[in-house]
Amino acid sequence: MKRLRRTMLFVPGNNPGMIKDAGIYAQDAIMFDLEDSVSLAEKDAARFLVYQALMTMDYGDKELVVRINDPSAKGGREDLEAIVRTRRAVIRLPKTETAEDVLLCEKEIARIEGECGIEEGSTPMMAAIESAAGVLNAREIAFSSKRLIGIALGAEDYVTDLKTNRSPGGIELLFGRSMILLAARAAGIDAIDTVYSDVNNEEGFRAEVELIHQLGFDGKSIINPRQIKTVHEIYTPSEKEIAKAQAVMEAIEEARRKGSGVISLNGKMVDRPIVLRAQRVLALARAAGVLREEAENDA
Amino acid sequence: MKVVKAAVSGTMESSDIMVTVAPNEGGGLAIDLNSTVEKQFGAAIRAAIAETLEQLGIRDARVTAVDKGALDCVIRARVKASAFRACEREDYVWEVRT
Amino acid sequence: MHEPSISREPSISREPSISCLEGLGLPGGQFSDENLGKSYSTLAERKASYSKIIPSLEEAVTLSGLRDGMTVSFHHHFRNGDYIVNLVMDKLAEMGFKNLTLAASSLSDCHAPLIRHIQSGVIRRIETSGLRGSLADAISNGLMETPVVFRSHGGRARAIESGELPIDVAFLGAPSCDPYGNANGYSRDVDGGVMCGSMGYAKCDAQHAARTIILTNHIVQYPNAPFGIPSTDVDYIVEVPNIGDPAGIMSGATRFTKNPKELTIAESAANVIAASGVFEDGFSIQMGSGGASLAVARFLREKMLAKGITASFALGGITGSIVDLHEEGLVKKILDVQSFDLRAAESLKNNRFHQQISASYYASPADPGCAVNLLDAVVLSALEVDTNFDVNVLTGSDGVIRGAIGGHPDTAYGAALAIVVCPLVRGRIPCVVEKVNTVVTPGKTVDVIVTDYGIAVNPRRYKLRQRLVDAGIAVSTIEELQQKAQRIVGVPAPIAYKDTVVGVVTYRDGSVMDLIRQVRD
Repeated sequence: MKRLRRTMLFVPGNNPGMIKDAGIYAQDAIMFDLEDSVSLAEKDAARFLVYQALMTMDYGDKELVVRINDPSAKGGREDLEAIVRTRRAVIRLPKTETAEDVLLCEKEIARIEGECGIEEGSTPMMAAIESAAGVLNAREIAFSSKRLIGIALGAEDYVTDLKTNRSPGGIELLFGRSMILLAARAAGIDAIDTVYSDVNNEEGFRAEVELIHQLGFDGKSIINPRQIKTVHEIYTPSEKEIAKAQAVMEAIEEARRKGSGVISLNGKMVDRPIVLRAQRVLALARAAGVLREEAENDA
Repeated sequence: MKVVKAAVSGTMESSDIMVTVAPNEGGGLAIDLNSTVEKQFGAAIRAAIAETLEQLGIRDARVTAVDKGALDCVIRARVKASAFRACEREDYVWEVRT
Repeated sequence: MHEPSISREPSISREPSISCLEGLGLPGGQFSDENLGKSYSTLAERKASYSKIIPSLEEAVTLSGLRDGMTVSFHHHFRNGDYIVNLVMDKLAEMGFKNLTLAASSLSDCHAPLIRHIQSGVIRRIETSGLRGSLADAISNGLMETPVVFRSHGGRARAIESGELPIDVAFLGAPSCDPYGNANGYSRDVDGGVMCGSMGYAKCDAQHAARTIILTNHIVQYPNAPFGIPSTDVDYIVEVPNIGDPAGIMSGATRFTKNPKELTIAESAANVIAASGVFEDGFSIQMGSGGASLAVARFLREKMLAKGITASFALGGITGSIVDLHEEGLVKKILDVQSFDLRAAESLKNNRFHQQISASYYASPADPGCAVNLLDAVVLSALEVDTNFDVNVLTGSDGVIRGAIGGHPDTAYGAALAIVVCPLVRGRIPCVVEKVNTVVTPGKTVDVIVTDYGIAVNPRRYKLRQRLVDAGIAVSTIEELQQKAQRIVGVPAPIAYKDTVVGVVTYRDGSVMDLIRQVRD
């Protein structure tokens, strides 16, 4: 079953208290940050801390991600040396502008995997796009490596690059979001939306999550555990959607029993997109806990 | 490795430990620990500091640590960061998790 | 019994039958108006000529008949802003009293000056619900020859009423009092000033002490109605300039936590309540004042609105978040033994169905109908919980006293569903352990433990466990939680104690629950 990435919680890499508690919430993924949240003087200390946490801490079945520094520089390469060896984290490449950026990072990862006897290709990657150039290259970036599980928008740098700022409606992000989403979908990987930094504006946050959910994003980066519930609520399918998805799955089962190659529901043919959508609806429903019996039967 | 200067890492925040590693030429390892959990974990913290320095091949060091309830992995991370800084070395050793 | 001699014309038309007076236990004697000096003075004139106000504390103490070795009592409604305990004990020390027993409903950080009265022999013994700060540290390190007796709020009320803990003189601070002793935790006459809301813990003392002295900074017009303490329970009144520091007594409104960890715990606790079977129209509830237990109110509110139900009453230490539910119509009535914040105190003053109750009414085990026994659910916090579900709210993980029993064992016993909320670990200190340092609330009375890492249900409550599982709540065993805590923080070294007993923890019925020993440095 494909992983859900509704919520990816940012955890500053040099904050032991937050690293300790990051596992207790309901988010799908934890992203330890070695980049922007860590001052230049503390890069080494944060690297030791995140490395040591990944070596020992139990985060259950959450997906773990580490945002490294620019891998073309010494610090970013050292980040890779440490984090790849933990064999436990997705490497998130920041400020990706071109497919070459991804390939350079991938080459470093492959070298480290080879040097320490880790299966080549076993370290997944994701790329954050945070500039106009990056958005325009989104398609090439999304297709650049088999390691990529997704691409993400980093809006703070992006709007600065656009010479604008973030508005409540987010009109300035529409093109970038759409580009990233389309690139991800074309490449068959996930699209993750940017953070919403005003933690106390619950209404604004809800509106933004509704927007990106409607656009088609797989999930959102979040900076505070208090934001998790809202995202998961919005990503929880309605009863109607679930009933429809269940009917689709039953129709498949029915066709299988009959040995029929054609799946039909209420007289209409069920084709692949409908099956995929039904599977995703049921996965989201299970993750939200609104489809427990199904989940138990599956297990 | 040889400690050539005093260096510090970590903070005084809850769940962190501030570790200063300083030269102690020929004087072996001296640990001065002040911990909020001294009674329950004082011995474990000292052992973690000593073990981490030993793994790095540091025999002589004066360590001052102010602990606010840091977990073992945090203690080891801070000691390593301070030690490499104090030795002015960057030839870090990363182990593969099995 | 001899026949009364009737020498006066009966004042009523029919002569009373002599024989019918027998066996009525009347003190005897025939009414005579010879010495009946009816006063014709007006209320204003009487107020000017007589009151229970005594010019000084020293005179009031002398009038009370206090002697060496007696028991003096205090309430803790002023919490860490209290001036009364120190003021009175300084005076008693100055007057030369020795070997007193200090029986307070609880003591706080601000009572550190008591250390010198213990050292000088003014205080020989202490009874309290809790101890904090340097007084607690000193006692944990062997300050007193006689161990401190710790009682729950209900246990203390029972002990006072039964005579097990006789109070000779109660010194009770009050934010308002009229010249005849009607005292309260607020004043109807003025807004603001020092306020503490309910005087629930003081009510028992006033009622049962041989002598009661009210200390107030605010003498108001008679009658100070409504009152927490009636004039019938008061002997003397002393006016003092300050009874407490408002900032230490209560904050404006207990702030709603934004701590995501506390919110996670609170939401889980609310989910447990909703799925437990007690969450029906007319249910009753108590929530503590800790961050997580306070936040339960918000999550419960959403669930009450969704289900279209209301609570018949909320009990206990009352906070603004309970008041919000009451004013919204979601909680019909409030029974308030202690107001935790200004919002609660204001509500007690202004809301008709926000009722002040005594500690005895709240939790005395001598009364099967006490309020805690009518609770559906209570949310309690803890310093430590162990794999027997035993709870410690009194000593820290270093063995030093730093808390209070409060109503913990009372409500855990009384409520149909007793939920204990605590983080799995605090810093590097495990909160779910194999054996708590001090047992305060027996595990048999604790139903569910809610932590940030998971929920455990007491094995005695297997049906409750099934209800939670059916509702989709992940339930761990308490052993799993304990192991998880141990994996995160490691195994703490055992605390070294001396043999000397510094504290005796009593259960509600007065039986000994546990002993607190002197810590070894």
